[in-house]
Amino acid sequence: MKQLVILSGKGGTGKTTVTAALAHLASQTHRLVLADGDVDAANLELVLAPTVEETHDFTGGKIAKIDPVECIACGRCAEVCRFDALSARNDAFVVDPIACEGCAACSYVCPTGAIHMELQRAGLWFRSQTHYGPFYHAHLFAGQENSGKLVTLVKQMARLHAFDEESDLLLVDGPPGTGCPVIAALSGADMALIVTEPTVSGTHDLARILGLTAHFHIPAVVLLNKADLSPAQSDAIAAVCASPSADGNDGKPPLIGRLPYDPAVTKAMVHGVPVTATDGPVSEALRTAWNALQRLL
Amino acid sequence: MRLAIASGKGGTGKTTVAVSLALSLTDAAPLFLDCDVEEPNAALFLRPTLTEQRDAVQRIPVVDTDRCTGCGRCAEVCEFHAIVAVGQDVLVFPELCHGCGSCARACQIALSEAAGGGADVEGAIREVDHKIGLLERGHASSLTFAQGTLNVGEPMAVPVIGQLKRWALETLNGDTRPVIFDAPPGTSCPVVETMRGADAVLLVTEPTPFGLHDLRIAVEVARDELSLPVAVVINRDGVGDAGVDDFCAAEHIPILLRIPLARGIAEGIANGQSLVDLYPAYREHFRRLWQQLTELATTGVNLKP
Repeated sequence: MKQLVILSGKGGTGKTTVTAALAHLASQTHRLVLADGDVDAANLELVLAPTVEETHDFTGGKIAKIDPVECIACGRCAEVCRFDALSARNDAFVVDPIACEGCAACSYVCPTGAIHMELQRAGLWFRSQTHYGPFYHAHLFAGQENSGKLVTLVKQMARLHAFDEESDLLLVDGPPGTGCPVIAALSGADMALIVTEPTVSGTHDLARILGLTAHFHIPAVVLLNKADLSPAQSDAIAAVCASPSADGNDGKPPLIGRLPYDPAVTKAMVHGVPVTATDGPVSEALRTAWNALQRLL
Repeated sequence: MRLAIASGKGGTGKTTVAVSLALSLTDAAPLFLDCDVEEPNAALFLRPTLTEQRDAVQRIPVVDTDRCTGCGRCAEVCEFHAIVAVGQDVLVFPELCHGCGSCARACQIALSEAAGGGADVEGAIREVDHKIGLLERGHASSLTFAQGTLNVGEPMAVPVIGQLKRWALETLNGDTRPVIFDAPPGTSCPVVETMRGADAVLLVTEPTPFGLHDLRIAVEVARDELSLPVAVVINRDGVGDAGVDDFCAAEHIPILLRIPLARGIAEGIANGQSLVDLYPAYREHFRRLWQQLTELATTGVNLKP
């Protein structure tokens, strides 16, 4: 079983559009499991039209709770808290649940035992069925921490399913950025497909995400979206990539395709279907890219 | 006023709006903070001269193996499994550490008790600064600029954002210049850290199902969790459907500006130009936008009842 994660660095370059298209194309020849690793802006479900079969609570970290009756307002908790989460109100200290990191430092120093740590219900995760295969996805509640932990959970469930069913491909749609949820989405992948765009921001962020895949020794390939938007930036991106057919690539990631800038992509999204289910230049380019990708995976 | 510019969905034009707004307010010498420390891009458009820098750090434990008794108290108190006792060895995983200091305190207490009491007994754990990113400060003409950059491979963006905000806000010296926080995408803790201390939140979205889905969650974070007034800018207006308009009408969230879908705008921004450089008439729109947001922050009219 191969695990392919779709990342971008910069947001909004077309990760989810590409993931949905690959799900559509790959399901024609492969046994497939899908996972949405972007749990704070989970959009893959909007294109895959899943039927939810199971819903589970996700308990993330803990936060401190202070019993106002037991609290003697000594302030030891606020002295040790490094996250400015505790403040005095009337005759007791109170916790700012948004600032609290759940480290429990306050609970250890409280002389009256007035502080206990409470597990937080931080989101939901789902096992669903789609036309293309089983699908694992999640919703982190607004503003919660531990998105990396939820990404790891969703991926673990998807992997177990893939092993049980002897699937040959696990497709993971990743989040933007380079931080903890991205690292969680990337971990254990056989390959990262980086979807980028020829803009100054896209070029800048591509260098960082390629730094991240190199840091974790995960091979990367690049797909250039909206390729005709800026010839100068397209050239800059092509220069850091290798040709997909090259024998030796000097450690450069192969550029597996160029998708033209085309409103058909948004139209497909509005209709809730993968862009490859329609005809057009983007659909054509994605088929070519998928063929190149299969040879490299 | 301190304004956070966020979106939920990535790539909707947060930085485009934030940069153009700042460039429209240059008479008021605004302070601009790029809080998207995983992918900071505003400098590509504002081209500031960066004159000062300092490290963004996380406090992590270092164990003095000679003095460690292998009691394991440090591992017991760590909620993040960042310090693990294996027999007589203690291992630290810096990328899991939140820097709370509980391990060092627990160690001091354990060694002190073993020595028969006394607060003057030193623990076997001391905390050192572990560099996780870089903070930079400078100027682009009248605008004061600051950005943070999370080191590639480091997971925790929140401490970099927090340290960036504290360091950059020092430059205000209590004056009331406009402050703009350019937020990262998403709706989890780095976005919350960016919005904390803001007076209002401007959400930049695109009129598509993805844009709407993520806008809803961003509204929950800003308005419902943090009790901040929110307003919307629709970028690429005309590209998708009416879902965002319907949502904003139902929730009484004002749509203060619409930027049309135009290939010329997309090409200009792709090459590092700002919207107000491309179309100077937008300056007036952005000044009015700031005025409306200031009024919204004062009255807080659209807070959820």
